[in-house]
Amino acid sequence: MPQPDVATVEVVSVAGLATVQDGGRPGWRRFGLPAGGALDPALLRIANTLAGQTQDAPAIEFFGAGPTLKALDAPLLLGLAGDMGATLLRPDGEQRRLDGWRSVLLQPGEALRIGAPRRARAGVVAVRGLRVAPVLGSASTFQRAALGGHAGRALAAGDRLQAAPLPAQPAAATLARVLRRPPKPVADAPIRVVLGPQADHFDADALQSFLSAGFTVTPDADRMGVRLAAAPGAALKHNARGSEVVSDATVPGSMQVPGNGQPLVLLADGQTAGGYPKIATVASADLARLALAPVGTVLRFAAVSVEQAEDAARDHAAGLDRLLATIEPLTLDGDVDLAALYAGNLVSGMINALAPA
Amino acid sequence: MTVPRLLDAGDGAFTIEFGDRIDPALSARVAALDRAVRAAIAQGALPGVVETMPTFRSLTVLYDPLRTRRAEVQAALGPLLAAGDDAAASAGRQWRLPVGYGGEAGADLDELAAAAGLSREAVIDLHAGTIYRVYMIGFLPGFPFMGDLPAPLHRPRRAEPRLRVPAGAVAVANGLTAVYPWQSPGGWHLIGRCPVPLFDAAADQPSLLAPGDSVRFEPVSPARLAELEAAIAAGDVPVTNWLETDHAAA
Repeated sequence: MPQPDVATVEVVSVAGLATVQDGGRPGWRRFGLPAGGALDPALLRIANTLAGQTQDAPAIEFFGAGPTLKALDAPLLLGLAGDMGATLLRPDGEQRRLDGWRSVLLQPGEALRIGAPRRARAGVVAVRGLRVAPVLGSASTFQRAALGGHAGRALAAGDRLQAAPLPAQPAAATLARVLRRPPKPVADAPIRVVLGPQADHFDADALQSFLSAGFTVTPDADRMGVRLAAAPGAALKHNARGSEVVSDATVPGSMQVPGNGQPLVLLADGQTAGGYPKIATVASADLARLALAPVGTVLRFAAVSVEQAEDAARDHAAGLDRLLATIEPLTLDGDVDLAALYAGNLVSGMINALAPA
Repeated sequence: MTVPRLLDAGDGAFTIEFGDRIDPALSARVAALDRAVRAAIAQGALPGVVETMPTFRSLTVLYDPLRTRRAEVQAALGPLLAAGDDAAASAGRQWRLPVGYGGEAGADLDELAAAAGLSREAVIDLHAGTIYRVYMIGFLPGFPFMGDLPAPLHRPRRAEPRLRVPAGAVAVANGLTAVYPWQSPGGWHLIGRCPVPLFDAAADQPSLLAPGDSVRFEPVSPARLAELEAAIAAGDVPVTNWLETDHAAA
C-alpha cells in the first residue's frame, strides 16, 4: 500500500484551552514578545519522547480535560504526558480505557478522548510529526498577538492539523513507548524564590509574611500568569516606596505585587514589562509546579540565593534527563499489553542485575 | 554619573538599573549598554546569554542557567558597564506616522481637551507638534512607550481602564504617548487612530519601532485615514513609506 504523504489529525472536540506549544521563541522580548512555549517544559519533553521525536517539537498543551483527537486517513502516534485517563474510541463503537504517560497508536478512524490530568491544571499530548509552521522561530501559539500555532489561536472542534506519516519501517506498533515511573507530585515542598528585584519595596515584616504564610492559587490563572490570594489579613504591604515603579522588565517567574498586596506570578506568555514592584522571582526549577498547581492549592515560598536557584535548575534538568532515559518500548495491542509489561519488567530486572551496586 | 545597581531576577536574568525615572539621559545609558551587550553576544563573547530587554531605566540580561551562571555573565559584563557611559548615542530611525485624531478610536480627545483647558485643535497641534523618543517596547508586542508628551497634556491613567481598546488607538497617559498594536484592555486616554501596523511577525524586525527611534505624528483627515487603511490592507504600502524623509524637519 503506498504511503500517504500526510497524516491528518482531526480535533473532534476540545474542553478547556488547547494550544500548540513547543520550546518557545526566546529573543524577542525587546519587541514586547514573550518567549511563550509549554508552561511545563518537562511535560512537553516527556510527551515528545513518548511519541519518539525531538524533545522540543510542537505538541498540544491543554487545560482541564484534553481534546479528543482522531486519525483520519493514516495512523498517528500520540504521546500523553500527564496523570490522566484516556479513552480509545474505535469506529465500531468499542472503547478502551488507557492511562497517561504512554504513547497511543491510532489507526485511521480511531480517536482518543483525553481526560483531565489529576493534581495539575494542564497536560500535553504530542502528535508524532505534527506539522506547524514556525513563526519567529517557534510553533508556539501566542494568542494575544494571534501568532504561531494553528492560525494564531486555540484549537477548536473541527480543526484539522497535519502530521508527517509514520515511517513504514519499523512497524508502527514497535514505536510505542511508556514512562513506567512518572514524576511524583511534590505538592508540599515550598516553591523556591530569589528575592528581588524590588524586595526593597517591602519591610522585613512583609518579607517575613511572604516567606511564612500560605498563598492560595485562584481561578484567575492562564498562560500569562497566576494570581495568588494571601490569607485574610496577610496581604503583602508595600513600604513607603509604594506600589508602583517606572516600568522595567519582567521575566517568567516574576512575582508582581500590586496595591492590593495579592501577588501575581508571570508565566511563559506573561507581559515583558510592568510597573508593579516584584517582590521575588520564582526559581525556574519550581515555576512549572506553580504554573500547573490546581486552583485552591496552598503554596509556600522559601528564599534561596541566585546560585542555589541555578543549582536547582541544573538538578531539575538532570533529573528530567534521567526520567526520559527510563522511557521504554511498549507493545500496543491490548491482548499483548500484559505480556509486554512482563517482558519490560524482565528486561529492566536484567539491567538492574547488571548495574554496578 | 551614578553607578548602576544590579538587581536579582531569579536564576535566568538580572537587571542593571541606572535610575528610577523616565529620563532621556537614563534611556541613553540603557541604550548604550544594550548595544554593547548585543555586540558582545553577536561576537560569541557571552555564551549562554539569550537576550536583553531595555526599558526606560534599566537593562535586563536573560541567560540560560544550564549554560552559564550569573557570576560568569556579570564578570564578563564588567568592562562593558565601564565603557557604556561614553558610547556615542545612536540616532535610531525617524518615523512620521499618520493619525486620524478623534473618532471612535479617539473617544477621549474632547475630554482631554476640556481637562487641559484647550481646544480640540490645540491638543492635536501639541500632540502632533512634538518629536517623541521611543523609550521601550513592551506590554504588548510592538507597543511603543514614547515621550515626552507636552506638559499640558499630562493626565493620570483613567480610573477605570477600558476592557477593549481598539487596535491602532493612539493614546496618552502621564508624560507618555503610545499606539496600541492590538485590541487589548487599557487605561490610557484615546485620542486618535494610526492605521500603520506596528507589529508584523513576517518582517525582519517584527516591531516597526525600536527603542531609540524617534516618531512624529502627522494629522490626517478622516477621508485620508480611510484611504490609507485601504491601501495598507491591500498590501500596497511598504513600511519605508513611514520613514521621515525630511530630516531637517525632525
